[in-house]
Amino acid sequence: MSTSIEVFVNSAPVEVKAGSTAAVAILVAGVDAFRLSPSGQPRGPLCGMGICAECRATIDGVANQYTCLRLCHPGMRICTEVAAAGAGARGDARESGCSE
Amino acid sequence: MSDLHPSREIVVVGAGPAGLQAALAAHDAGARVTLVDASPEAGGQIWRGGHPPSRIAARLLGRLRDSPVQFLRGCTIVDAPKPGQLLAMHDGNPLWLSYHRLVLATGARERFLPFPGWTLPNVLGVGGIQALAKGGLDLAGKRVVVAGSGPLLLSVAASLPLYGAQVPVIAEQASLSHLVRFALGLRYLPGKIPEALQLAWRLQPLRFQAATYPVRAHGDMRLTAVTLRSADREWTVDCDYLACAFGFVPNLELAELLGCTVREGFVVVDNWQQTTAPDVYCAGEPTGIGGAEKAMAEGAVAGLAAALLPEDANSPVSRNLHSQAAPHLARRARCHHFAQVLERSFPLRPELRDLPLPETTVCRCEDVPLIHLEGCSSWRDAKLQRRLGMGHCQGRVCGAATEFLLGWPMQSVRPPLSPVPVRLLAAAALAKADDSNPHPQTRPGQ
Amino acid sequence: MKHPDAIVIGAGIVGASCAERLSADGQRVLVLEAEVVGSGATAAGMGHVVVMDDNEAEFALTRYARQLWLECAHQLPAAAEWEPVGTLWVAADDEELDAARGKCAFYRSQGCRADLLSAQDLYRAEPKLRPGLAGGLLVHDDAVTYPPPVAAWLLERARNRGAEVRTGVRVQALEGGTLRLMNGDSLQAGLVVVAAGAASLRLIPGLPLQPRKGHLAITDRAPGFVHHQLVELGYLKSAHGSALESVAFNVQPRATGQLLIGSSRQFGQTGAEIHHALLSRMLQRAIDYLPGLADLSILRTWTGFRAATPDKLPLIGPAPDREQVWLATGHEGLGITTSLATGQILADLVAGRTPGIDPTPYAPARFLSAEDERSSIPEAADVHFH
Repeated sequence: MSTSIEVFVNSAPVEVKAGSTAAVAILVAGVDAFRLSPSGQPRGPLCGMGICAECRATIDGVANQYTCLRLCHPGMRICTEVAAAGAGARGDARESGCSE
Repeated sequence: MSDLHPSREIVVVGAGPAGLQAALAAHDAGARVTLVDASPEAGGQIWRGGHPPSRIAARLLGRLRDSPVQFLRGCTIVDAPKPGQLLAMHDGNPLWLSYHRLVLATGARERFLPFPGWTLPNVLGVGGIQALAKGGLDLAGKRVVVAGSGPLLLSVAASLPLYGAQVPVIAEQASLSHLVRFALGLRYLPGKIPEALQLAWRLQPLRFQAATYPVRAHGDMRLTAVTLRSADREWTVDCDYLACAFGFVPNLELAELLGCTVREGFVVVDNWQQTTAPDVYCAGEPTGIGGAEKAMAEGAVAGLAAALLPEDANSPVSRNLHSQAAPHLARRARCHHFAQVLERSFPLRPELRDLPLPETTVCRCEDVPLIHLEGCSSWRDAKLQRRLGMGHCQGRVCGAATEFLLGWPMQSVRPPLSPVPVRLLAAAALAKADDSNPHPQTRPGQ
Repeated sequence: MKHPDAIVIGAGIVGASCAERLSADGQRVLVLEAEVVGSGATAAGMGHVVVMDDNEAEFALTRYARQLWLECAHQLPAAAEWEPVGTLWVAADDEELDAARGKCAFYRSQGCRADLLSAQDLYRAEPKLRPGLAGGLLVHDDAVTYPPPVAAWLLERARNRGAEVRTGVRVQALEGGTLRLMNGDSLQAGLVVVAAGAASLRLIPGLPLQPRKGHLAITDRAPGFVHHQLVELGYLKSAHGSALESVAFNVQPRATGQLLIGSSRQFGQTGAEIHHALLSRMLQRAIDYLPGLADLSILRTWTGFRAATPDKLPLIGPAPDREQVWLATGHEGLGITTSLATGQILADLVAGRTPGIDPTPYAPARFLSAEDERSSIPEAADVHFH
């Protein structure tokens, strides 16, 4: 239960407990605005059970994953939309951890 | 055990209490069973990652592990294009599931109601924060205000300290008189909710506020505080999280896609949990909100009936089915009593309809504010004209809200039931052509 | 409204346009809609405003219609999501590029702005297209729009001139100028316009209409993925052929940043369910042209029914054999484009004015056999064909 694994949230390494979801990893990384709504409001997870779609992020290069439904695996690369948008504006996709 | 239908194929959608029971009962009765769930683990919202797991949960999950029931985790139903067939997404790929009989055990989601600030990060559901806590979120030293309505508030508030959280206040919108009646109505019921009630009442008498509800969540990029209102006052509480939901609404999308009759918000079933759609059964919250006990009883009945009811509706029901189902039918009757108590005990107060301001977001996916819904006549009208429910969640959040706020029933469920990559639907037809054996058990890689 | 001059059946974009134009002529118009405004083919369709050149009559109608759109575009509400993106016809090979060259010459000769694109121009315009394409044709003034709010906007204009719109009202039968409603009521007017799309068949059995089912899919937001409405040149084969089933690559960038993916055509289908074999073909076709599309999410798929006539031209004008009944239906896949022209032509004919284009190719009477043609043109059709 106490084993921890390392994942990457927007390129930064994060230690999470084994069995954590990707949504939890993002929160542990200190990110609570996972994405921006169409008008630019910050949003984070709401339902925690794969219904509301607010927690979606890019996981291992695949966009729009419901992070609350995905268990972390060692080395998982998670990229939030907000980071991607910021990186896009700077023209630097690598920095966001979204580059493939 | 079943000499009638040794190879009947049954698909059970949802691996919570109802689905687990249905799958195991159907398997015990001789059917070949495939159980699917969108989550990475079985147990449903209530049993997932339990801390510690309840005895009954541990027993059922253990039986599932030891049984030949095929469990497809991370498997989302996408469409039900014709009787006997489901299109699913599994590991990012299309998967066709064939069934003779289908059991829907799709559970419920929380009802969220809009109020100013409800879209801020760190405002989440009551089950939502519980799910994240079970999913590994460390709440040590965090202040979590629990608000909304229903018995889940208490059981979650009671469990949050186990994850290190402080709960400065529990705000239940229902009045104290309703709650007292609810507590009295529980006398005869086993289970966790009365325990949680006792716990909450004993440990936190000053923190529990009846007839109290949130009116505004404060913060800029994230939540910093919440303002609560009761009859005589309004006050603001600093917090890191607001866990807020107003009871449950059933997940009906698949049932509606299959053409099951839905009345007053729930799937209509007969004594054997059969819906009005041929060969489709339903158990648990979609037939009426009633918790895990009811779900298990209905699941067992549905699983047995799906496995053992004859094809011909006029054929007599076997003695075997009657005798096996009897204890579950009796338990189901007791649970239905509880469901009725539950329904009467937490009526939503009309003041909640006045919480959203004209500019308050109602549809979170498309950022549709309340004022944009003015002049619309129905859900579909608002969808077509104002983009209500057009986004990723497909109306699952705002649908329940507008039903309460404006009296609009949700209409027109459309596939895919959850968003899927274009590549998946592009490959779906091919996946079927390749699938010479309809039973997914024989597919490679599983 | 007790005694309307005209009743329009159907509050799709075509019915709304008819109501708007008739009310502009001072008619007291009542609009009846079985569901809600803009909820049938208007909601199901792609919402393109395009000039098409498959035949002279189609070209005349779509060019006239697009002109009417361009004239009112600046007044459309934001919800109409008017996007003047142009249509880029994609040529896969030299043969198609030749066809594009021919089309380009024709459009230009008719005064429509169009440019032939080399392969290099094509990829500059749309870098996400797959490599190896030959070029394309860019038709500049075409646009895409989200039609339901346009229908609502047209009806609002009609309302401001005294029209009434009743939704949730189903017409059971039509006898001359008398309508029997499902709820048992009946209504009367001197002019009844049937603008109910493929459902018009139910009111007037025997109309030369066939429902032609189409599938569409819409993605999540992906702003800037493509910049024009993209159509393969093979689209015309799909649209104008009479094959039982066909698909063609057609992708639109929407104002929201979403991509709308079409198109498919199916005869002989009446159920609204998704036909996955066809949907897969349609999406694979789109991925063939835009490989990056594969990774976007589909939020919704749906089907709708085009009202197709044997010659793929609409029915605009008096209904043969039926006093007081006029038709505005049969627009197949061009109902959004041609809606504004349909309303204008119909109102012109009703008022006895000469329409802006020759209405003869769209007259419902064209499907009568020569024998009974003379006897069955109703009095209301006493108008000036030129």
